[in-house]
Amino acid sequence: MVGITSFEAYIPAYRLSRDEISRAWGTKNEISRAWGTKSIGGERAVAKHDEDSLTMAVAATLGCMKKGVQQADGLFFASTTSPYKEKQAAAIIAAAVDLPKESRAVDFTDSLRGATIAMNSAVDAVKSGTAENIIVAASDCRMGAGKSQFEPLFGEGAVALAIGATDVIATIERSHSVFSEMLDMWRLEGDSFIHSWEERFVINEGYMNSMHTVISQIMEKHNATPKDFSKVVFYGPETRSHTGLARRLGFDLEMQVQNPLFDSIGNMGTAALPMMLVAALDEAKPGDLILVANYGDGGDAFILKVTENIGKFRGSQKINERLEKKMYINYETYLNWRDLVPIQEPSRPESPTPSIPCLWRESKSVLAFYGKKCNKCGTAQYPPQRVCIKCQSKDDFGDYKFSDKKGSIFTYTLDFLTPSRESPAVIGTVDFEGGGRVMCEVTECEHSKIKIGMPVEMCFRKVGQKGGIRTYFWKAKPIS
Amino acid sequence: MGMITDKVAIVGMGCTKFGELWDKNVDDLITEATFEACEDAGVELKDVEAAWLGTVFSGHTALSLSYPLKLQYIPVTRVENMCATGTEALRGAAYAVAAGACNIALAVGVEKLKDTGWTGVQPSNVVGRTTMGTTATELELSPPALFAQLAMRYFHQYNLPTERGKMLLAEIAVKNHHNGSLNPKAHYQNKLSVEQVMKAPIVAPPLGVLDCCGVSDGAAAAIVTRADMAKSFRNDPIYIKSMAISVGPSRDPVSQEYDFAHVEENARASAQAYAEAGITNPRAELSVAEVHDCFTIHEMTVYEDLGWSKRGRAKDDIEAATFTLKGELPVNTDGGLKCFGHPLGASGLRMQYEVYKQLQEKAGPRQVRNPRLGLTHNLGGSVWGGIACICVTGNELHKGS
Repeated sequence: MVGITSFEAYIPAYRLSRDEISRAWGTKNEISRAWGTKSIGGERAVAKHDEDSLTMAVAATLGCMKKGVQQADGLFFASTTSPYKEKQAAAIIAAAVDLPKESRAVDFTDSLRGATIAMNSAVDAVKSGTAENIIVAASDCRMGAGKSQFEPLFGEGAVALAIGATDVIATIERSHSVFSEMLDMWRLEGDSFIHSWEERFVINEGYMNSMHTVISQIMEKHNATPKDFSKVVFYGPETRSHTGLARRLGFDLEMQVQNPLFDSIGNMGTAALPMMLVAALDEAKPGDLILVANYGDGGDAFILKVTENIGKFRGSQKINERLEKKMYINYETYLNWRDLVPIQEPSRPESPTPSIPCLWRESKSVLAFYGKKCNKCGTAQYPPQRVCIKCQSKDDFGDYKFSDKKGSIFTYTLDFLTPSRESPAVIGTVDFEGGGRVMCEVTECEHSKIKIGMPVEMCFRKVGQKGGIRTYFWKAKPIS
Repeated sequence: MGMITDKVAIVGMGCTKFGELWDKNVDDLITEATFEACEDAGVELKDVEAAWLGTVFSGHTALSLSYPLKLQYIPVTRVENMCATGTEALRGAAYAVAAGACNIALAVGVEKLKDTGWTGVQPSNVVGRTTMGTTATELELSPPALFAQLAMRYFHQYNLPTERGKMLLAEIAVKNHHNGSLNPKAHYQNKLSVEQVMKAPIVAPPLGVLDCCGVSDGAAAAIVTRADMAKSFRNDPIYIKSMAISVGPSRDPVSQEYDFAHVEENARASAQAYAEAGITNPRAELSVAEVHDCFTIHEMTVYEDLGWSKRGRAKDDIEAATFTLKGELPVNTDGGLKCFGHPLGASGLRMQYEVYKQLQEKAGPRQVRNPRLGLTHNLGGSVWGGIACICVTGNELHKGS
């Protein structure tokens, strides 16, 4: 039976506390509080300036492939914040995680429900036999305007779920969908921030009604009652409406309802529901029946049954453990990272504009981070060479992937001159286990922490945007 | 004896003041340096049979030289080897004369950096790559950050605590500023204290802003001719004893074999140059040296790369003041890149200008005693894959060391 065969969550390392946002907007004092913009408490996850929906999806997908499905034949990307308005992100992700060219790459964009729409399509593809293993990667970096309720509420993150028919962890017993037409939250072309209509209207007539309908209907079709489920995982725009819906449907908030992670991560858009599902699966036991429901332009509901395989799959980090590793930023840093304040760049020679033929030609080394290994002397080298650096033999190499190799810092510095959102940029020369050396930026590394010998791993990051082209490459980051 | 030894002589040199020359353009600098060189050699521009222009950013093609000088349809070549460009221009002219292609050749190096408004030069990601057609994913590393990694690893390899290492580097900056303060043509005229250098704002740890050379405008020029004709121009020509260039095989830091505590190309070029000039004990035989102190750490490793100090022991010689004006082997007597300034294409020829004046005993308050052999060392590119040029010159014909 078709179901989830592997999963991995990616939560950015940085947090912005909601009290800090309130501090920035001066809403901590009593007069401001009276106007209703006080902190809702807790913290939100923040993607670094070198991350976007696409890079977070790559991180989650690589983890999902490492833990479970080694080779997927499809990559479905769900997001409302795909980096390009026209240009598929799934193809870039598939190239970065090194899927075979024959894989199906599809974007499911523009709907908050994108992840479950993609899951349904993946299930259909596997059921029909056109694919064996499809990875659904949901990822979002949505922005609320300053002082809005969304800015503190939203968080960023990504989840990859593999859908297949072998070694299934949780079978998908049933699915059901409804659509609804309502402008409750939206962005037009060129809008940076979410628009929304008055909360009382969009929550009651939109969220509550659609979710009540789709959940009631799937339970009816499955002859199930609320108490049949070990866990109920459903999307919520924020805490109040989430708990309100749980009560209305008759679920036990304490025992059944999956925490929506607002306190620790925030509302992650398309990744929100998948992240909750991962948190539920972290704790699930074989035989558990899980009700899953997602919202956005209607609703998708699923009934999942956890299999014996969950025991084998465990051992990787749970969401709770993952949340322990974090670094706090202040609101000014958030503004800088989101490019919301103009920054004086150092006066440096202008960076070159990327050439599309160059990026295309070097896609395998740039996106999938392949170098070469000499067949004669065994020296691993990056970037790919025609003539071996060690023995000078010509064109006698095998492909050699560096993206999954661990390394350590051989030498380093902090570059105060190079343009960077976090001047100074941390620069390291990385020696890889098994050979090969790369000089690159070291991300997520506090300036005082870098030292010779520090162990690092590679991560896929946004490195620039120029001439309308967003460029991605690999950086090192400390192994925590 | 090697291929070029005693075949070519420098009979005239010119060098502009280096600095922030807001009121001068590239053509002004070329004109001033060239006419000073011609006057010094006692030749007219029309006597020049072939010319070489070295510039990195401040011109394209031979026309950038022929146009300001109104050269009359003679062969002109433009060369570029990043920061080693100036020496490359001299090499072109010298080898043409040695090959018998011409009897009088001109080499000019020029750079006008201050018009760009840049703090320093371009990121090292462009070194060795075309700027037309790139994935734009290469690391944008500033030059100080590149040499800072050399310093980090050098300190690590030789167990120098950061403060100790920085103090040694500061001594180099202090020495070069002392020398430059005696030189009216130097970009900076100020002396520095060790404390000033060590407390200067950090640019790329462990390097501070006073560990970095000046970003300058300037030009330098040389007139070269056949050694056997040299005395017809002047009584004190300077003879080329050897010219070496060593170009590394690696544009990217690909190999784990490189230790980031020396520059291999420096060592290779100096070995070639010493062999060609018949030098067996460079520290004793050289009277003066001008080396590529783009960052203080590089001058420190050059002491070892060029065989003057043992590996890891440059600190002993810094402490012993070996390379000061009154020391055993005075280095960067004119202030070096650090204080004289570094207009990329001009620097190699500027170094030669100082060695030329020293060998002629015309270096004024900076004059070294009993000069016989001088060396210039010019590095282009990066520390793991560079272009190292060395030129040894002497004031006596058919006399090595």
